[in-house]
This record gives sequence, C-alpha cells and structure tokens, in this order.
Amino acid sequence: MAVLVNKDSKILVQGFTGTEGTFHATQMIEYGTNVVGGVTPGKGGATHLERPVFNTVADCVKQTGANVSIIFVPPAFAADAIMEAADAGIELVVCITEGIPVQDMVAVKNFLQGTNTRLIGPNCPGVITADACKVGIMPGFVFKKGRVGIVSKSGTLTYEAADQVAKAGLGISTAIGIGGDPIIGTTTKEAVELFMQDDETDAIVMIGEIGGGMEAEAARWIKEQGNKKPVVGFIAGQTAPPGRRMGHAGAIVGGADDTAEAKMKIMSECGISVVSSPADIGKTMAEIIGK
Amino acid sequence: MNLHEYQAKELLKKYNVPVQEGYACSSVQEAEEAYRKIKTDTGSKFAVIKAQIHAGGRGKGAIKETGINGVKVAKSLEEVEEYAKGILGGTLVTIQTGPAGKVVNKIFVAQDMYYDGPSERQEFYLSILLDRSNGQNVIMYSTEGGMSIEDVAHETPEKIFKEWVHPSGRLLGFQARKIAFNLGLTGTAFKNCVKFVTSLYDAYVGLDCSMLEINPLFKAADDKIIAVDCKMNLDDNAMMRHADLASLRDVTEEDPTEVEAGKYNLNFVKLDGNVGCMVNGAGLAMATMDMIKLSGGEPANFLDVGGTANAQTVEAGFKIIMKDPAVKAILINIFGGIVRCDRVAAGVIDAYKNMGNINIPIIVRLQGTNAEEAKKLIDESGLKVQSAILLSEAADLVKKAVA
Repeated sequence: MAVLVNKDSKILVQGFTGTEGTFHATQMIEYGTNVVGGVTPGKGGATHLERPVFNTVADCVKQTGANVSIIFVPPAFAADAIMEAADAGIELVVCITEGIPVQDMVAVKNFLQGTNTRLIGPNCPGVITADACKVGIMPGFVFKKGRVGIVSKSGTLTYEAADQVAKAGLGISTAIGIGGDPIIGTTTKEAVELFMQDDETDAIVMIGEIGGGMEAEAARWIKEQGNKKPVVGFIAGQTAPPGRRMGHAGAIVGGADDTAEAKMKIMSECGISVVSSPADIGKTMAEIIGK
Repeated sequence: MNLHEYQAKELLKKYNVPVQEGYACSSVQEAEEAYRKIKTDTGSKFAVIKAQIHAGGRGKGAIKETGINGVKVAKSLEEVEEYAKGILGGTLVTIQTGPAGKVVNKIFVAQDMYYDGPSERQEFYLSILLDRSNGQNVIMYSTEGGMSIEDVAHETPEKIFKEWVHPSGRLLGFQARKIAFNLGLTGTAFKNCVKFVTSLYDAYVGLDCSMLEINPLFKAADDKIIAVDCKMNLDDNAMMRHADLASLRDVTEEDPTEVEAGKYNLNFVKLDGNVGCMVNGAGLAMATMDMIKLSGGEPANFLDVGGTANAQTVEAGFKIIMKDPAVKAILINIFGGIVRCDRVAAGVIDAYKNMGNINIPIIVRLQGTNAEEAKKLIDESGLKVQSAILLSEAADLVKKAVA
C-alpha cells in the first residue's frame, strides 16, 4: 500500500483560496489526488476549484470525511493551522510553509503529544505515492512508480534522487520530504521505519544534511533492526563552513557530531551505502538491488 | 540575527534582568562622558571599556594597530581616553574573528562589578537554547563561568547541568530553584538568582531568541546576580512579530556581498573557493557545492535562488558571484519541477546577454520539465555557455573547467 498516503486518502487544503494553495491544489487534483475540500476562515460556504470551502477544519472533516491536511498558510499563522488540524482529528498533517518561528514549533510539538496526528514538515515539499496521491508541491512526473522509498530533508534534492532512480531503471513507492527546520514532525528514523514495514518498498534512499542528529539516530536504528532493506545515504553540506546557516533554518553545523563527515561515518558503520557525490545516488541504488 | 552586547543588555533590562550598566559610545568624547555618568550614577570607581563586535574572545584578543585588548579596565579619565582611542576604529582580532579581525565601531563603557563586599565574588555560566533532539528549550549552566563552555564540556563535563523547560509556558519555580541550588548559592544571592533565571527565560521566549548566553553570570560581593556579558541571537523567522528589533541589525558586521544578495531575496553565503554556483533549493545547493569539491574545485559560495529562477534572479546571482575575483567558473544547477527548464534557460541567456562581458566558463545544468528543449536553447544561443542535463555530466564539465 506504499506509506502515508494512497488513492483512498481524502485531502483537505488549509489556505485553500490563497495563491499558493490554489496553484498547488490544482496541480494535486491534476495528478489524481482526491482533494475533497479546503479551509479558509471567513470564506466558508464558497466553492473553489469545484470543491467546498469551510471556515474551520472541524467543519470540513465533518462534511467531507477528510483525513489528510496540507497547509499553505503564511508562517505567522501556520503553527495555529497545524494545531487546528490536529484538534479536528486529522491523521496526517503536511505543512509546506517555510519560515515558522522555532518557538511556535516548540508549542506545536508539545500540542501534538498524545494526539493521533502525524505531522510532516514544516518547510518541506510534502509526500507523494507514485501514480496514486500527491500531497505536496513536487513535480509529479519525476516520481516513476516503483519500489524504492525516499526520505529527505530537502525538496529539489528529493526530485534529483527520484529522477536518478528512474533513470537507473527503478522507481519510487513513496517519497517523504520531512523538511529542513530544526523542529519537524516526523524524523528521518520514523520515516525509515514506515518504509521498513511497507511491503511495497524494497529499498530506501535516505537524504540528510548538516545539523542535528536525526540521520545518526536513523542509521543506528537500521543497524539494530538488522539492516532488513538496503539503504543508500547521502548527506548534503560536506563543504559547508561551521556555524553558518545554509538556507534551511536547521542546516547549521553546531558541533563535531553534526557535520556531514561525522554523519556519513556513522551511516557507513551502520551498514548504509553512503555516496559522497549526489550524482551517484541512482547508480548506487541500481548496483545494490542488482538491477 | 546577531546582536551586540550593548543591544542585548538594553533588551534584557526590559524584562527586569539585572545587567552590568553602561553606555555605547562611538567617540572618545562620548566615552569620557559615559565614564563620568557611570561614576555618579552607580558609584563605580572604575569603568570597563568593551569593544562591540559580533565575536567572542574579546578580552584575550587585541587591536591589530595598537595592541590594546578588546576589554580593558580604566582606572582614570586618562585611561578611558587612552583605551577608547586605542580601540575605536581599530581592527580587533580574536580567536573567533580569524586573522582578518573585525573593525570596532562602538565601545561599551560599563560599570565595574568586581568591587569588594561582604561575600565572595563568583563567576558562573548560563545559556538558553533549543534542544533539537526533543524540541524543547534547555537551560545549560555551570559553576565554571568566565571561560569557554566548550573547554568546560571537554575537561569537566560533570560541571555542566541541563534543565529542560516544559514547553507549556514559563520556567517553573522548582526548576529555577534547582538551578540556583546547583550553582551553590544561598540566602540573598539564591533569591536573586531565582528571579534572574525566571526573568531571563521570559526574555528568551518573549524576544524569540534562538540562543541567549550569559558568560559570566556574575555574583557580586553584595550578592547581586548580574549579566556581565551577553550574547543574543534572534530567530530570523520570528522577526515578523518584532518590527521594533529590525533596526538593531548591524550590517557592517556582515559580509557586504551577503547583504547585497539579501536585497534580491537570494540566500547567499560567501565561501573561499574558485567555482561559483547558483542552485534552486538549499539541499541541492549544498549538494552542488559538495560535487564541485569532488570534481577538483572549491565552492566559492552557497546560493539558493529559490523557486523562481528567472532572468532577474539569475542576473543578480551572476553579479554577486562575479564580485569575487577568485571565481574561475560558475555552475548553474536548476532542477525544474513546477518551473519549466526552457523558461529558466531563456532567463539565463537574457541575463548573460545583459551582463555583456562574462569571460569565465559558465556551465548550465538544467534537469526536469523540458530539459531537452532547454539544452537546445542554450546550445543554439551562440553564447560561451556549456550545457548539461545529468548531474554527472555537470560534474565532468566542472572538472575540465578547473583543470
């Protein structure tokens, strides 16, 4: 069934009638995603892209049975939007918004404790299950259907990896862009865990970057579990200077443990096939699964 | 956004955090006035002259031109004049600035806190920051103040304490008391410390700090608890709700090219290499830098042009990268998803023509929607631009360019 989203997922869009929301919701619908409605406070009762608009997430859930939300709300209001979705019982919230203040995310993380909501992002490209459901802003055509799962902190690097995998004669089950912020909802390890349990995924591409300890945590977990599926890993930022924020709010080397070099070493030691050049991701994956 | 010590202290005062008082001065005359005021206002016998730059290690660092340290205790008006003259306008070199140093435009003339009194003076360390592993704020503190916390962590890690703050709101009373107890404080100093830490946490949250460090956190001989130095870093993402703090940005502390890039909404970081790059997306930009290095070059910059790579942004990117004479080649790496590659290619061609004289090799790698059409546009433009579709092809072209 791939992971997180599929043909049966019912998607609602928060920030539905805004420029970003409108553009990407249109693209999602064209891809074949089951978008059931949207939320824009104050515009409830209207129709947008031939779908109903609601004032609150709770109303939308009640009327449409939506179980997945994608958020295109400006940074100042995005944390509130995530918590509203969780409060309405949404199972999967995908937050695309970039630039949310980190203290807002401290509050969100706390709010989500004990709920049944999984958050993907923020500051991410979203989630796509090839040929079934796109909940994000990625170019759908790049993700040829296949049996490789991708987990990545970066948007365009995810597209790059998916493209290389396709050119190597393979394809993608689901790709999860987990986001580049210091606090994100779903960690690398949690995303890898989903793929390890998925019977439509044979191998995993794991793309990380400098800053934080999520890749090391995922690598150690993979080893503990006995390396059940092959994993190809890449860490962006081998040439990044310490102490400088490289675009993503979370991409900053703080100490000795979160450099690209340190992460690549741990990943190698845990049995992951680490590539030092981003150009080798697809090729290496093909070699490993004997294609 | 980084703040100067004097700016951070002004902000802390609004949250009732006791700080070493002083005045920011840009001239010797101002420094002398500040000295007089401090003497009458606080009864301080001496004044401390502190260079204001965005880097630590000021006390041990020295001004290149005069040899005077970045932090000095002045015991007379003459000494205030001597030190102010010797520091202002000079280039301060510390372990954190690198050999080039940083020009000192302002000094902070402050009260001397190291006066005698009934109890012992003590220096502690305290900082508040985000613990990324659990998404909570953590207060890190130590009895070993006044020195580098990295050294303490290395030599005596048992002397560093951590208190994670529950994200539901303020620092809880028992947590503040625990911190004061662990620092070994009693009586009035204990009470002052509890108040200090509680107010400091309010300031951290209220100002949307990404890091707040007090080193030393000082216990004076009369049991006052004071922030003698302060390093404050504000969350850039939160500036939208702190319009009043935007004016505190000191662009003279930043790389001029980076400031320029910011005007075009380009995310740029200057590096020391010889191959410039222009990429869409932060992760791919870092990966492209890595690939340049693996191809035998050194990245000259990080540059994320974002989702809209058009003629304007590409031209701005060209101009900014080419300010650096060390750049021997430029690699443009765009993965066109929603943005079509042929549009990006047209933008690159326009920008190239507008620039007129580009005499270094330009390598353009466009992949994604309409990549083939884009390559054709570039190849038929008659410009000295090399094109690639696969990332590995781009890497080979970089290899040739730097060979």
